[in-house]
Amino acid sequence: MAPLLQVENLTIGFPRAEPVRDLSFEVSAGETLAIVGESGSGKSLTALALMQLLPRTARVTSGRIVFDDRDLLGLDAREMRQLRGREIAMIFQEPMTSLNPVMSIGWQIGEVLKVHEKLSGRAARERAIELLRLVRIPAAEKRVDDYPHQLSGGMRQRVMIAMAVACRPKLLIADEPTTALDVTIQAQVLDLLDTLRRELQMAVVLITHDLGVVAQWADKVVVMYAGRKVEQALPGDLFNDPLHPYTRGLLSASPRLKSDFHYLSGRLTEIPGSIVSAAGEAGCPFRPRCRQARASCGHQVPPLIAQTPERLVACPFTSSLKAVPDAASLSL
Amino acid sequence: MPLLSASDLKTHYNTRDGLLRSVDGVDLVVERGETVGLVGESGCGKSTLGKTLLRLVDPTAGRIEFKGEDITTLDQGRLRNVRKSIQMIFQDPFASLNPRHTIGEILEAPLVVHKAGGRPERRRTVAGIIAKVGLPADAINRYPHEFSGGQRQRIGIARALLLNPELIVCDEPVSALDLSIQAQILNLLVEMKKEFGLSYLFISHDLSVVRYFCDRVLVMYLGRIVESADNETLWSDPRHPYTRALMAAVPDPSRPRQAAPLGGDLPSPSDIPSGCRFHTRCPLATDLCRVTEPEFRTIKPGHQVACHVADHIN
Repeated sequence: MAPLLQVENLTIGFPRAEPVRDLSFEVSAGETLAIVGESGSGKSLTALALMQLLPRTARVTSGRIVFDDRDLLGLDAREMRQLRGREIAMIFQEPMTSLNPVMSIGWQIGEVLKVHEKLSGRAARERAIELLRLVRIPAAEKRVDDYPHQLSGGMRQRVMIAMAVACRPKLLIADEPTTALDVTIQAQVLDLLDTLRRELQMAVVLITHDLGVVAQWADKVVVMYAGRKVEQALPGDLFNDPLHPYTRGLLSASPRLKSDFHYLSGRLTEIPGSIVSAAGEAGCPFRPRCRQARASCGHQVPPLIAQTPERLVACPFTSSLKAVPDAASLSL
Repeated sequence: MPLLSASDLKTHYNTRDGLLRSVDGVDLVVERGETVGLVGESGCGKSTLGKTLLRLVDPTAGRIEFKGEDITTLDQGRLRNVRKSIQMIFQDPFASLNPRHTIGEILEAPLVVHKAGGRPERRRTVAGIIAKVGLPADAINRYPHEFSGGQRQRIGIARALLLNPELIVCDEPVSALDLSIQAQILNLLVEMKKEFGLSYLFISHDLSVVRYFCDRVLVMYLGRIVESADNETLWSDPRHPYTRALMAAVPDPSRPRQAAPLGGDLPSPSDIPSGCRFHTRCPLATDLCRVTEPEFRTIKPGHQVACHVADHIN
């Protein structure tokens, strides 16, 4: 079966920068793909490109986004509008800024259904209540008339999810959906997203900076750095045997709950410098921060090497890296 | 004598929705040289507690002592002296740096306020601290917007260190930073602690960071400390059901996924549940918990918990 979404060699350009370069990945129905990276990695712009909601100054300068056998870049604004919210939906990090503060949540959920499914006001309201139940909001028939400010952060994100799945989309893009939430609420919301993914057979693109979330909720992972995919793997492989120096660096930089490592016993392994150093870098974007960088790393951008069909890494020196003892001091 | 102690500390606010009991009876101690973690979810009162301890917010009741001196009702003039010794680092360094001042001006201001030396001496102090926190020397003439998030937090740390404090209250100092930068800042805080003999009260929602960074941990829920233990004990033998739920909720690559450990939301601090304030979300709540607030009791030396059923948990 062909994947539901295929992104091929996507490059996004601003007048003076290219925040996403030559990015390819695919997602199938019922599958969760996590895109992980830090601020400035291009992960959120990628999400916006999938929705064709890029800021005015940004353009897709090359590549294809094939969704359900249609190239989204070839659609006009009207065709895209019909797709958006119906077949592709998106939820954002901060639900309060995505919800209209002067409309009830029932009205806002209902609006999606009125537009896309031509429901009447009454029918839309009924469906809104059903959807609030689906996302486990207690006393849904009362809550439907609440305004966003009357809800907690977790509840607001549930409302966003209710809106997103109202038309049973084939693809859900979740951009840092739980970053603004507490851990106990995060667990509830991710549980909910995962249940809906299974029930609706949705493909999910989960954008996050949280490696723990990736490990526990993704079917496969794309690691981005400075606009490029530097590694792709199944989550188990990624955490047991990270290949790219950046992935290795991230894993050893993060303190772990299940580890005796303490400040009295040693320093955290830092990644020196910052992502800003990737700007204008001719070769590997990670070279200025890489402890294993060699002269040849500055010559050209390292191509992605497929170790297996599921395992890609954009670093030619991964096999020799394994010999470096300090590179993966992390005990998982 | 502990460096900082608070007893039955309360910070209440009068709001339209009634009395907001943000901090509602907290006892705590920070010993000299100790790093104490304060963890809890948003709305539990941990930031308000931090600000109350510094007297940035006035307590409604209770007592705060710094090196044995009661600072609960100290007037602003005398408080200024104490503030030399207790500093704060904030979550969002950008919001706490004046965008129109250069880093040199920002860092010189506390020295001027506290009359620490003449101009040349102040300049030397600022240059020294800038080097110490790993900023380039030319930072002095630049403005906050020219720096990345990690560098701004270094500026915040530099400012906190200027007056040779004994205690720094760190309110989510690495929460806004990317993972690769977070490690740099945590390492810097550890170095500074060793070099200046600092004590920290480290407010955080991130248990993994607290696990690495703290000597002792306080778990806060709805305005109260519900568990307190040394780092090792807390992670190996957590007793309060809330502590356990928090730990279980952290997604960790090294263990399989678990069902969400807690249902529901944090109740509002203007409508705190009767009895044990956690009973509305607690999987182990009994009738006793619904009626009687558990006292914060010592279950073994150095380990305290406010729970009726803590002894029966396995």
